[in-house]
Amino acid sequence: MTAPLNPSAGPVTGTFPAASSRIMAVTSGKGGVGKTFISANLAAALARQGRRVLVLDADLGLANLDVLLNLFPKITLHDVFTGKSTLADAILPVAAGFSVLLAGSGMVEYSRMTAEIREQLQQVIAEVEPKFDHVLLDTGAGISDVVLYTVSLAGEVLVVVTPEPTSLTDAYATIKVLATLQGRRRFNLLVNQTRKMGEGRAVRQQLQQVIDRYVNPGLDSPVRLELAGEVPSDTAVRESVLRRQLLLDVQPGSPAAVAIGNVATKLVGA
Amino acid sequence: MSPPPASAKPTPPDAQVLRLERALQLLGHSGQPLPPGDPTSPGWLQGLIDALVDLSSRDALTGLANRRAFDLSLAREIDRVARSGEPALLLVLDIDHFKRINDNHGHAAGDQVIRAVASALIDSVRPMDLVARIGGEEFAIILPNCASAFGETVAERVRRRVERMPVAVGPAQQISCTISIGGAFAPQWVRSTPGLWVERADQQLYLSKTQGRNLVRLEPTAVSVVSTEERRLLFETSQFLDYE
Repeated sequence: MTAPLNPSAGPVTGTFPAASSRIMAVTSGKGGVGKTFISANLAAALARQGRRVLVLDADLGLANLDVLLNLFPKITLHDVFTGKSTLADAILPVAAGFSVLLAGSGMVEYSRMTAEIREQLQQVIAEVEPKFDHVLLDTGAGISDVVLYTVSLAGEVLVVVTPEPTSLTDAYATIKVLATLQGRRRFNLLVNQTRKMGEGRAVRQQLQQVIDRYVNPGLDSPVRLELAGEVPSDTAVRESVLRRQLLLDVQPGSPAAVAIGNVATKLVGA
Repeated sequence: MSPPPASAKPTPPDAQVLRLERALQLLGHSGQPLPPGDPTSPGWLQGLIDALVDLSSRDALTGLANRRAFDLSLAREIDRVARSGEPALLLVLDIDHFKRINDNHGHAAGDQVIRAVASALIDSVRPMDLVARIGGEEFAIILPNCASAFGETVAERVRRRVERMPVAVGPAQQISCTISIGGAFAPQWVRSTPGLWVERADQQLYLSKTQGRNLVRLEPTAVSVVSTEERRLLFETSQFLDYE
């Protein structure tokens, strides 16, 4: 706890370590904005563009990635952490052409981030990183220390937001915390469930304006939001989720699927 | 020996059949008053247990809360802050160049300095704050219900108090000492851990040590709170009106 002072001991606060830009944390602040849906379908879109992609349930068992993808994993991250399985065996290929690393329900007991879990998670990410072009960390909702920690392992952050006051407020708080506690300056913003063209730009503009006014003045260099794209509200999304299938598999031509494809293109180009 | 089931209220055993000599000896030796009353009554036994609990929560040299009591309070406080949203500040403090004091003036002088710092800390905070000695020359203060605007003020007051305090280490010898302070507020409304809280305060202590000592460094605060003004500006445009 108050062991010898070690400046490199805590990646959670202060300047965060130079994590690989191939690792992207998908976070939101508020829950229920489609974070896991976006992670899975974005992974599929990236896979279609020839990328090797891994989605990691960084919500430690609560991300419902298995539910969304209709998977019944026998081996999970929990087995890796407890030494019952190798990491390679826990990485599951999905038909859509990407891989997933599920946490398993046994991980819920790790809702508190112990030093041991931190180290193991960091080690897992370091091991998978060279094998993939993109590692998406599907983080939990809120700004818990688990979320702060998993985000700190990523080089890039994708904030998923919907054009609603509650989602906007929570996304803003998340950005503020990450900027202040982790020294983050660049955020990719994905506006989900938009109701009209251009709403994504308006939301980005609105968030950026408040950041410029209330966050940036206290920082050495300004926070910049980059619009990764907007995904329109689409009944096809709900249908695919209910059928527990990927939108990009069942309705690749739907407006939401096309929009996610555009986000993938933008991220690959960036 | 297996503990009694939690549901059954244990009946106090007859004090005569218990081996209490060592406990009483320990209390007597540490200057704790022995519990008053009839040594065969449950009340007396409770008094004895309370005195032992008190003893095992205190640091022998300074009388402050010890590391064990600190850990317990910290866990309680971070839980309270997460539930209530009330701000709380943790300060970690370290005597500057303590080894030099020991080397130059002897260990007895070192102990004097530790005692003097302990009472300076107690004197410069509120009675509700918990002051603990958590390591050799390391202290911590938990300040519940401490608004972020006052963090710097209280930490500075503590630092100055120690800086201005002469410590008598011999019949005609006084020395002075300084402390470095690091601090962090518990994340309001946010689930966190005591370990992380200490780590954040420790990082600030590290900064104050490396930036010259005898300094206060507090982590920039209240970042997860969104003020009314910020909210107003966030929803300024008409596009959100139909959601209200």
